[in-house]
Amino acid sequence: MNPEELLEIAERIVGWGRDGEQIEAVVGHSQETEVRVYEGEIESLSVAESQGVGIRVIADGRQGFAHAGTLDPEVLEETLAEARDNTVFGSPDEFFGLAEPDGVEPPELYLYNEALLEYGTEAKIDLALELERLVQAGDPRIVGVESADYGDALSADAIATTTGIRSTGRDTSCYLTAYSLASEGDETQTGFGFSVGREPSTLDVAVAAKDAVERATRMLGATQPSSERVTVVLDPFVTAQFLGIIGSTLSGEAVLKGRSLFADRLGDQVAASIVTLVDDPTNPEAFTSSDADGEGLATRRNQLIGVGQLERFLHNSYTGRRSGSASTGSAVRGYASTPGVGCQALSLVPGDQPPEELIAGIDNGVLVQGVSGLHSGVNPVSGDFSTGAEGLRIRNGELAEPVREITIASTLQRMLLDVAAVGSDLTWLPMSSAGVSLVVAEVTMSGA
Amino acid sequence: MIDESVVSGTLSEALKTGGEFAEVFVEDRRSSSALLDDGKVEELTSGRTRGAGIRVVVGETTGFAHTSDLSEAGLAKAARAAAAAARGGGGGHQIVALSRVDAPAPNEIEVLPETVAKATKVELLGRADEAARAAGSAITQVSARYADGRRRILVANSDGLLAGDDQVRTRFAVSCVAMGDTGMQTGFESVGRPIGFELFDEYEVDELARTAANRALTKLAAQPAPSGSMQVVIGPGGGGVLFHEACGHGLEADLVAKQASVFRNRVGEQVAHPEVTLIDDGTMAREWGAYAIDDEGRPAQRNVLIENGVLTDYMWDLLRARKEGRDSSGNGRRQSYQHLPMVRLTNTYLANGTDDPQDIIAATDRGVYVAHLGGGQVNTATGDFVFGMSEAYLIENGQIGPPIREGNLIGNGPEVLAGIEVLGNDFAMGSPGTCGKDGQGVPVGDGTSTLRVASMTIGGTAA
Repeated sequence: MNPEELLEIAERIVGWGRDGEQIEAVVGHSQETEVRVYEGEIESLSVAESQGVGIRVIADGRQGFAHAGTLDPEVLEETLAEARDNTVFGSPDEFFGLAEPDGVEPPELYLYNEALLEYGTEAKIDLALELERLVQAGDPRIVGVESADYGDALSADAIATTTGIRSTGRDTSCYLTAYSLASEGDETQTGFGFSVGREPSTLDVAVAAKDAVERATRMLGATQPSSERVTVVLDPFVTAQFLGIIGSTLSGEAVLKGRSLFADRLGDQVAASIVTLVDDPTNPEAFTSSDADGEGLATRRNQLIGVGQLERFLHNSYTGRRSGSASTGSAVRGYASTPGVGCQALSLVPGDQPPEELIAGIDNGVLVQGVSGLHSGVNPVSGDFSTGAEGLRIRNGELAEPVREITIASTLQRMLLDVAAVGSDLTWLPMSSAGVSLVVAEVTMSGA
Repeated sequence: MIDESVVSGTLSEALKTGGEFAEVFVEDRRSSSALLDDGKVEELTSGRTRGAGIRVVVGETTGFAHTSDLSEAGLAKAARAAAAAARGGGGGHQIVALSRVDAPAPNEIEVLPETVAKATKVELLGRADEAARAAGSAITQVSARYADGRRRILVANSDGLLAGDDQVRTRFAVSCVAMGDTGMQTGFESVGRPIGFELFDEYEVDELARTAANRALTKLAAQPAPSGSMQVVIGPGGGGVLFHEACGHGLEADLVAKQASVFRNRVGEQVAHPEVTLIDDGTMAREWGAYAIDDEGRPAQRNVLIENGVLTDYMWDLLRARKEGRDSSGNGRRQSYQHLPMVRLTNTYLANGTDDPQDIIAATDRGVYVAHLGGGQVNTATGDFVFGMSEAYLIENGQIGPPIREGNLIGNGPEVLAGIEVLGNDFAMGSPGTCGKDGQGVPVGDGTSTLRVASMTIGGTAA
């Protein structure tokens, strides 16, 4: 379905509003294809179409919400009735309210590429097969490719409210991803590689394959080192995951609800002066760029940390109003939930040294190329973190033997202050933050 | 849910272009949840999803399509899409006449949550908030969530299988923030069972709230966790997640077949202490990972994975089992009708041991006692796993000492299994969990008695 048809549905729902009621309808539709190949054959090919609606009602200062995974006309009415009924049981809050048009023009982003629609299923299958073949052929120690996938999606959405918001959007996206197995003797290591784009011809099969091969093979022979305090270089992929967590501590919602370790620190030096952190969904380079946020307001560039100083928190309409400011266009949501607050395209401003130069300047350190258990090992409220890690030892400015079964631990607060260098290798990844090599001093590495 | 003749017709349509096997999975899910945060009931949410996933298998290839249109025409369209994705079969496969076989439910449902007034659900939240704040003046924030769900499924396939299930789950969780001189700390507690609103006859939300609050308060006094390898005593209950990560995932037949498990080719070998028996049991009454049938229509089973330290079997779904000429073990699960099923854990637990838990702690000179675990993650190919300690203490001279701050614990599955030294007699199941694999989340349970592992790596910051 195209965005105009979705907007028509959203407007119809909003039109059912009663006096004294605010209604917001979010309608989404997507078409997806996913191919997984294994040992030269198609293991699975999925084609799917899904749609849904989320309806928020605010009445008498109370809020209710309901969602449904269909756009059947009778279900729309049921869903509105359910959301309306749910308002009765919420607590009143003077700051509840939908977004209102604020005059900010949405950026022109060209997130929709029709070339995706013209790409045939056979060609998509061939891409996945080619990826598997390249990984398999990349190194004699590659003993298997656990999965090689091609996937794409064409999504459209629309938001309408009784307060005058009318927003539509659509985008295309596709990816290739491979998980590899390398083996030597009785040891096995794993690796992954990927490539993302708006349409298949922009995907880079060779890079995805090369990464999958290298990540697995360079870990062969890894051992567990003993515990010590070291300088670490975070691989861009790892940095992006940490940025995502740091970003969550800068949400206005966390701040207002007493869950942000940076709550009272606006204006303070919270990071090394080489750290400038920006959330900019208007950047067309970002894979997650978007012209409108989850409440239909235009997205905008928000600088969160400038030269180490904490400059602002992100807000949706509710948290903006409650904190006496305004939305920063940072409402994030799917149709099945009410809007939260979050980063949409977060990145550090890159430095001028490539990773090789950063490594050359370190006598004793570890290049962390993968972390695991980050979701359970970081407490974004206290700032404590401890995560499983693997990577390569750095000795006298050169990459040395692989290490595994280690953890790295510090606090988010200290880590930001201990950033010693930001690399020049900024890369947008298929997540809401960008990767860049990051050097952090004084991190505890636990091992044997 | 849907007429039997429509199901048969859809299966026939799915096999028209030469498929060897076809399956229709229909799901109707209703959910409701209520969230209290910052002293206010923020909102009630109601959700409804309904749809069907259809798969067609030809040789090694599975074609899959899903639709939210459950009309005869909508299903036929999805069937054709799935069939087109899996072409090239020899054809001639007919569907076997459907015969309905239902499996017994793991337990009764007494009070369907949809029959309970919304006001009654909301009232629980206020009580939890009050009890948590009363636990100590250092408690600065409380969030409480009530959630229930009812998932009705129907599975039919071209082998003639027709089965259904009506799965109800109810859950309550409290999370608290405490503020002290050392900053903020958090505490969490949850309870969930595949039962209805009678959950709250059994559990007092006030008590759950106090447990969550006390976890946060305890951690205010916590010292940095040590770093390095040492003896680790895992407490009863939620410690079972250790086995979910350390070996549960590695015993899933799909990963084993792709050489992505460190436990491949090891059936029949002694992999752990002779006292170690590991079971995955989808029939376990009232446990979070239980169901009558799996998402391929196979009745849930109790599967012994490790018996007296010897690896006895892997877990299987339909496709993987067919290839090996055996039966599924009832472990084929999917997050929703929009997903393909795969091999998944259910309720995974270590059978009870014989030692007094007090003796286990007393016999530990220096180590860490983990009372409550957070989430974990494993690389099944290497066996390396990690999980978060959300409540842990130092053990000094055989006694539980001061609390330590949050950190991760890492280890290697086969090494940890081989390193289990002693097993207590205080078996308990832990909190409800959600297990993620290949982007799909399903409800699971875990359990264990107190046990000690010779050596694991604690990822703290203290020297």
